[in-house]
Amino acid sequence: MTRDKSPDTRRRQLLAAAALAPLAHSAPAQSEPPRLVVAAFPLLDQVIKQALPAWSQAHGGVQVEVISRQYDDHHTAMTTALSSASASHLPDVIALETMYMGRFSLGAGLQDLSVPPYLAEGLRERFVPFAFEQARNREGAVVAIPADIGPGSMFYRADVLERAGLGLKDLSESWEAYVQAGVQIKARTGAYLLAHARYLKDIVLFSSTPAGQSIYFDAQGRPSISSPLFQRAFELAQKVRRLGLDAIVDTWRNDWSEHLRRGKLATELSGAWMASQMAKSVAPNTHGLWRAAQLPGGSFGGWGGSYYAIPRRSDPSRKALAWSLIQHLTLSRELQLSAFKNQDAFPALLSAQDDPFFDEPVDFLGGQRARQLWRDAARRIPARPLHRQNKFAEEVVNGELDNVLIYGKSIPKALADAQALLVHRATR
Amino acid sequence: MMMKKTRPSFRLPRAWVPYLLLSPFLALFSIFGLFPLLFSLWMAFQSWEPTAGLEAMRFTGLENFIFVLGDAWFWKALGNTLWLAVFSGLPQHLVALPLAVFINRAFGRHGHSVAAAYFLPYITSTVAIAMMFTSLLSTDYGLINALLKWAFGMEAINWLWQPQTLKPAVAMVVFWRYVGFNLVLYLAALQTIPRELYQAAKLDGAGSWSCFRYITLPALKPMMLFGITLSIIGGMQLFEEPFILTNGRGGPDQAAMTVAIYVYRLAFDFSDFGAANAISWLLFALLATMTWLTNRAFKDRKP
Repeated sequence: MTRDKSPDTRRRQLLAAAALAPLAHSAPAQSEPPRLVVAAFPLLDQVIKQALPAWSQAHGGVQVEVISRQYDDHHTAMTTALSSASASHLPDVIALETMYMGRFSLGAGLQDLSVPPYLAEGLRERFVPFAFEQARNREGAVVAIPADIGPGSMFYRADVLERAGLGLKDLSESWEAYVQAGVQIKARTGAYLLAHARYLKDIVLFSSTPAGQSIYFDAQGRPSISSPLFQRAFELAQKVRRLGLDAIVDTWRNDWSEHLRRGKLATELSGAWMASQMAKSVAPNTHGLWRAAQLPGGSFGGWGGSYYAIPRRSDPSRKALAWSLIQHLTLSRELQLSAFKNQDAFPALLSAQDDPFFDEPVDFLGGQRARQLWRDAARRIPARPLHRQNKFAEEVVNGELDNVLIYGKSIPKALADAQALLVHRATR
Repeated sequence: MMMKKTRPSFRLPRAWVPYLLLSPFLALFSIFGLFPLLFSLWMAFQSWEPTAGLEAMRFTGLENFIFVLGDAWFWKALGNTLWLAVFSGLPQHLVALPLAVFINRAFGRHGHSVAAAYFLPYITSTVAIAMMFTSLLSTDYGLINALLKWAFGMEAINWLWQPQTLKPAVAMVVFWRYVGFNLVLYLAALQTIPRELYQAAKLDGAGSWSCFRYITLPALKPMMLFGITLSIIGGMQLFEEPFILTNGRGGPDQAAMTVAIYVYRLAFDFSDFGAANAISWLLFALLATMTWLTNRAFKDRKP
């Protein structure tokens, strides 16, 4: 039987239906699997998406939404999300880039993964030591799990070195020898030794700071930048500038890549991933001309890498799933290898580093078996605790180096001024 | 006979109508304008570890303001900002005004089509502009150095890595971007001046300079006030151009670190939201003072 409905009746029914719709929707939703949200940045988002089908299938079809933003935007958005009072604004899993780890790991926004049910401490032996140790908070608890790393490497132009009449030993024996070799290279080939003197200061600091010690701060968190190591790093940078060995260009800028393409930069100190960046986009025309070596002076350091963490205040009902996903993303040997092969994400997982792929020649590096070199470096990079003010300290030190390089300020005075400024700021 | 029943209709009191019509704007303004403003003021008096959530805020009174006023980097950023505001803002008006007069005279009512060419940089993406200038200013491969070498035999200048050249380079980009905007403002104002005034002045024997001095300039005064006020506000809030040209770090010796860049870095690089908000409010106070002074300078003086 049908009944005619007046417009008023129809309108009331529609309004009632609209009002009840959320309730009607929520009833069957209880039986639906929960949705997870993962916030990441480019390339890592591809790794996650690749891993999702298998993981989702093993977890009853859990839907995972991957939100991807550019590096800086992602970390800014995560800062904002963690500051929010509501769990509804928080992703279940967040990816963090090494450069930002200090700010996040030493804050109070990440879930302590050392406690049950996570017990992440038990995973320590499965990762390269430095990567795992850098994911600790102020109390020493693990708050993130490493996914990939960037073992530091010295890329050098074999042809330029040959034209300069030098061998690898001349370049890599020590940082002082590296600079001295730069003088020969500049004189005989016209090529610069490296992109910017600032980068030499950075790598000397990063790779020479003793294990267990933060670069800019002592064990009590007090600024500590008057050490002989800073003096040495500044002196080397100053020497490079005085001798005109640095091209004075910023990495990733057009003139930097043009220098690389034209063979005007004899070396590039960077993470292992730089080989594929050069091969694919920055300087593909230099195929076969580059080689990789360990950093000069037997030093080891890391360039970039990724971590996964769970926000402390995210929805507790989904944390178990989030942890399961993180374990899948970081502990799956196959996935780690696939990410390395497809996205150049060098695995932090030790078991993934024993694959025969590491023994294969790298075409771009003239068939060199460079992955063995990077694996060796990855295992020897010392763990250095991070500090919440690391980025500020770096800015202060860079500012004072500018004063030395541009205005000729004395190095002891520059370091003393940087120390004073940091003391002024460190307690804020 | 059946009487048709009429429902009593709901009628909104007449006095409420304006408020109802305004309410969407008021709601949006409250959420996206007023609330962030008040929250920013609140944060200027707090010490906050942002990743720990809102409950981590700690009231510190005037501590952030005291810190900022004693912070050498703040004063350096303010000095940079004022330098860039003057050396990018002033030339904009000194060039736009005579150029607008020329275009108005030469092209009359069709002047806007010509002005559109100058206006183009203003509507182009800042990122695209800054990227383009990064290439143009490249030391070894840039067009600007190539032209300088070709025309004057000059050595290559490292524009972006020397404090002495970085500031003028940023000022040049800002000038190039906004000169067209001011040109359009002045052109619009010029075209409202009745032509009869010029005809009458010419009949009285006035020359071009007298016409400009006694007719054009006074007529343009309100638009000059508007344009200069916008330049002051824009100059003091300068962010995108120096940010992109210096890779977000302010350049060597922080020569192009403006107050806006410092605020951004304090908050998102150094996690010091309290100080960042304190600076924002100090900048607001400074801008309000400068705008007031500009208004005073342009005020008609009674004889």
